[in-house]
Amino acid sequence: MFAYYLDLAFLSLRRNMMLTALMVLAIAVGIGASMTTLTVTHLLSGDPLPGRSQHIYYPQVDAEPKRSDDKEPYDKLDYQSAVDLWSAHRADRQAIVVDSRLKLSDPASGAPPIMSMMLSTTADFFPMFDVPFQYGGAWSAQDDASRARVAVITADLNQKLFGGANSVGRTLRLRNSDVRIVGVLKPWRPSPQFYMVAGGRFSNGDTADFYGKPEDVITPFFTGLDINDGSFWQFTCWSLPARTGHLQDAPCVWLGLWVQLDSAAKAADYRRFVADYAAQQKTLGRFTHAGNTRMRSLMEWLDFNGVVPSDVRLQTWLSFAFLTICLFNTVGLLLAKFLRRSGEIGVRRALGASRAAVFAQCMVESVVIGLIGGLCGLLLTLLGLWLVRQQPVAYADLARLDVPMFLLTFVLAVGASVLAGVLPAWRACRVAPAWQLKTL
Amino acid sequence: MMDFAPILAALRRHRTATLLIALEVALACAVLCNACFLIASRIGLMHIESGVDESSLALIKLDCDDCNSTDLNARLMAALRAVPGVQSVAAVNTVPFGERAGDNGVSIDREHYVAVPHFYLGGPGAAETLGLHLAEGQPFQPEDFRTGDVWVPADTPVWISRTLADKLWPGQSALGKEFWVTDKFHFRVVGVLAHLVRPDPGGTRGSGAAEWSVFAPMAPGKVLNGTYAIRAAPADLPRVLRDAREAAQKAAPEAVLDLAQSRRVSELRSDFFRPSRIMAGMLVGVIVALLMVTALGIVGLASFWVQQRRKQIGIRRAIGATRRDILHYFQTENFLIVSGGIGVGMLLAVVLNLMLMKFYELPRLPLSYLPASAVALWLLGQLAVLGPALRAAAVPPVVATRSV
Repeated sequence: MFAYYLDLAFLSLRRNMMLTALMVLAIAVGIGASMTTLTVTHLLSGDPLPGRSQHIYYPQVDAEPKRSDDKEPYDKLDYQSAVDLWSAHRADRQAIVVDSRLKLSDPASGAPPIMSMMLSTTADFFPMFDVPFQYGGAWSAQDDASRARVAVITADLNQKLFGGANSVGRTLRLRNSDVRIVGVLKPWRPSPQFYMVAGGRFSNGDTADFYGKPEDVITPFFTGLDINDGSFWQFTCWSLPARTGHLQDAPCVWLGLWVQLDSAAKAADYRRFVADYAAQQKTLGRFTHAGNTRMRSLMEWLDFNGVVPSDVRLQTWLSFAFLTICLFNTVGLLLAKFLRRSGEIGVRRALGASRAAVFAQCMVESVVIGLIGGLCGLLLTLLGLWLVRQQPVAYADLARLDVPMFLLTFVLAVGASVLAGVLPAWRACRVAPAWQLKTL
Repeated sequence: MMDFAPILAALRRHRTATLLIALEVALACAVLCNACFLIASRIGLMHIESGVDESSLALIKLDCDDCNSTDLNARLMAALRAVPGVQSVAAVNTVPFGERAGDNGVSIDREHYVAVPHFYLGGPGAAETLGLHLAEGQPFQPEDFRTGDVWVPADTPVWISRTLADKLWPGQSALGKEFWVTDKFHFRVVGVLAHLVRPDPGGTRGSGAAEWSVFAPMAPGKVLNGTYAIRAAPADLPRVLRDAREAAQKAAPEAVLDLAQSRRVSELRSDFFRPSRIMAGMLVGVIVALLMVTALGIVGLASFWVQQRRKQIGIRRAIGATRRDILHYFQTENFLIVSGGIGVGMLLAVVLNLMLMKFYELPRLPLSYLPASAVALWLLGQLAVLGPALRAAAVPPVVATRSV
């Protein structure tokens, strides 16, 4: 029976090509628009560390003397607090992060230097965030302490400077210092660049830059401070630093601290440790208030910063409003199409077909339209994502269709057409046979 | 105009279809109003007056961490001035649409922040090179250009934009007034600029703060170095910029020329607003697609009704109705349905706007958008129904006498 209904559906769709094309087009455009925007939102709001993010936390204390406990603490830490919390080693893993711009060159090649971003962090960064290595590996905790002149570079920089060869052991000039490359990363593109996310609530929804690429070169934290002294940017200062770009003793917040805590009990312990630290600092007179500490998990922190750009969210809302309109349109057209066949339906009913049979026949036709619309919608989604990739935004290269979104496209298309088909099919199966036969 | 009663009676027999079209129109109305409003606000921001002579300005920016700044400034200014076609060169920290150089919270009582404007710093001749227009107050004196160790000197005369002046001292003249950054830096307003936008108008601090700017004089040196504004005749500018980039690189081989920033200000502006342009373009696309889908829905359903009522139309024609009457019947019917949709749609538009205001910090939808989009949808409805209605009017009276 199903095969027969399918035949009938195609026959009916061919009978009025114009109307069919309209319905397919409406569904395809609606699906295409909403799947494009949904894919982008999905990519941008995903978990950058699946399976690990629940163990990663971002502790905050508030060192600014003039503030009080009722405001959110600043998004970053001052040097003293960050180094104190880090060197206590109370978490399973901990890493300080800060980035800065500096001049970078390969002294062996003699090519002109380029301006690059340098991430300075501590050894736990790599295992904590599961950063993949192509060659070599991370530096040791000993290197952190001894301010070793070592560096890890990204696959991109390795490609640019060394043509992708194993460059471990080679020398890189960072500003005026030579560092030895100890590791080369595999292509690594966390989305967003979560470990640097801060200040999202001040950005007025313009958060596309959170999706930039990781820094070209990664050095041990204290090494980085030495190499690029005078070029560090504050998140904010409550009084001007004595030396621009040298913030170790400045009244400024500029460092991020990430910790890994493998169980809820450890997280609770660490939360208490951070609170105790603030209280202790208040006793010592460095803090004026101690109640203002936070420790958000990675996903809570991303959420707090509203990382998905407001333009992207707005586009998603708009496209779903658009899909709804397309669906209303399809409902109307299907209704017209089915009721136009009231005569036929009347005959079928009079010959003994049940209401359920008529309903099934109409639904098969709706689903066929939905599938064709979904297929066209998929093509439009691919086109839409291609258009997104042409945009000058930091996340452009991320916009690709993955398997779950591919499947969702079809689920959405069929779901939408079933939804659109229910009302017209129900109306069609309620057609009174006697009335229709009389008018024949 | 014809009597509504028979039309309404007929519509009552097609409640589902009528409701569908009306709802489609309502949703279209809500989205149309808000999308148009979004486009208008983006375009409004894109046309913001920067307050500088964009067409004659270019920026040269170098990164040099370990250069002797005084020496670097001297070498570069001399090299840039020597480029043929350059009318003037001045050290600045940034220009509108360039990189943000520094926002600072300002207070009048040294305690409570009133606003967070952007601070432009400029060396001697910077105001003339940028082409700033002083609305009130005085030009800077040569002795106003002093060096600082970390930032500006502790006491600095400044110019501020009109918008910032109104924010700091509403309803008063800002001339001679004073403000503070922390309790160390003291500023005295000696001039008010008609316009001067932040480097990122509408970005970091929202569109209300797009023109919160301070312009402070400062001698080139430790704080102010590596970034230069160049003025040339607009026609010469592309060539001048090309030559200036080369000259800068040659004059300071140890520095790295920032190619992304060393461009014409008009290019920087165009780049800055590109995401807005794309968003506006996408919204226009949504509106066009939306109107098309709505129109097609109306065409589809109206065609169905015309076909369903062929016999009734024939009877009406046979008992004396003119073609014009039939045409008007379908046009009026469409008008009534669309009007119903618009009525609901206006409410939806306001609700949608309230939601957008909550989540996206948008301003309130001006009420003038409602009648405008109503007119647009009425026209669309009439246009869409015209084809089916003409087909209905063409039904011959003889149909009434046939049994099929």
